[in-house]
Amino acid sequence: MTRFFRVLLLAALGGCATTGEERDPRDPLEGFNRGVYRFNETVDVYVAQPVARAYVKLLHQEIRTRVGNFFSNVQDIFIGVNNFLQGKFEDGVNDWARFTFNTTFGLLGIHDVASEMGLEKHNEDFGQTFGRWGAPPGPYLILPFLGSSTVRDGAGTAIDWWVAPLTEVRPIALRNTLYGLYFVNTRADLLEAGRLLEEAALDKYVFQRDAYLQRRRSLIYDGSPPREKLE
Amino acid sequence: MRTMMRIFLFSLAVLAFPVPAQDAAPDALVKRVTLEVIDLIAKDKEIKAGSRAKLVEVIEAKVLPHFNFTAMTALAMGQNWGKSTPEQKKRLTEEFKTLLVRTYASALAAYSEQKFDFRPLRAKPTDTDVTVNVRVLQPGAQAVTLDYSMEKTANGWKVYDVMVGGVSLVANYRTEFANTVRASGIDGLIKDLQTKNRSLSKQEKK
Repeated sequence: MTRFFRVLLLAALGGCATTGEERDPRDPLEGFNRGVYRFNETVDVYVAQPVARAYVKLLHQEIRTRVGNFFSNVQDIFIGVNNFLQGKFEDGVNDWARFTFNTTFGLLGIHDVASEMGLEKHNEDFGQTFGRWGAPPGPYLILPFLGSSTVRDGAGTAIDWWVAPLTEVRPIALRNTLYGLYFVNTRADLLEAGRLLEEAALDKYVFQRDAYLQRRRSLIYDGSPPREKLE
Repeated sequence: MRTMMRIFLFSLAVLAFPVPAQDAAPDALVKRVTLEVIDLIAKDKEIKAGSRAKLVEVIEAKVLPHFNFTAMTALAMGQNWGKSTPEQKKRLTEEFKTLLVRTYASALAAYSEQKFDFRPLRAKPTDTDVTVNVRVLQPGAQAVTLDYSMEKTANGWKVYDVMVGGVSLVANYRTEFANTVRASGIDGLIKDLQTKNRSLSKQEKK
């Protein structure tokens, strides 16, 4: 682990050395972030992407959707909890009903029968709950392996993972297999988006950061944030 | 986030056909055109066979009339727009348009059958600046929202921004543009856009 941090530190220092531009007030740690970003990109290009491509070749879309549904179903429990914490009781009940129907009739979640019944999937996490409670995002932060975040959302992510039912799975070997499957499946879903980002952005780091910050703001307000007028 | 980027860019391409009735309500316009484009993609043999050139051709001929690219470029440039000469403005708009068209084509090529939920317009009939909301439904994932910012002009309703899942396309280019202008001036930005477009067109030919 120490070695890992040394690599990180090195990457971060490299970042500081090359960034001479004016700082974005939302991103005071840009030098550090760009270092971690480069580290993540390297891991992504040499490990995550090749594995995700092999996975896509190996398994049919139909099966990959089932895998995604399984993880999505488990997450509905805490999506519900977060809706309750934000005072959105109807949504919370909806999420728990989804979990109930999908786990039973949907065979442990691999079939999303709840959506067909009209119970909509929501997007909530602890970072959004903190935002809803009034916590500002704080500086933008790139997390090793996980990517875009902020100080607030990073704290939220830590709790998301802390409480995730997946962490309780035993034996450990099975839990780790599930973690692996989750990451590979998620990366596979994003292969196309990554290619589009590559095409659309002049500076991928900036494009991704701004999209992330806009997206999180929108999510906290469930899609209708107070409008910021562009001049 | 899955498929969001794809839908993001795809959404820009859906307003693809010339409108016979210029004063049609903006939400009705978005709906009709979206459905028409989906139908077209599903039927065109060349596009289905993976012809990127045909897609770009379709977008240039059909999509562009419904977008106000000058307004989009001006918004993305922010304060630097006012500091640009008319010649620079023209070239910026041209290059930005080319970049967007190419990325639309990629997004369109990746289109797979999603379902659309067209939301009723919440605006007064006298409004000249409205937002049309569409939701893209996909099994097993949260619906993605598309918000078209549209302005009424003498030539009918024109899109000047698209928000996908809460991410505004125009706003997202602002920092990139501002950074480049600060580092290498407006001409530097034009050059960067040209270089980007050239490298994309090379990839296309491969």
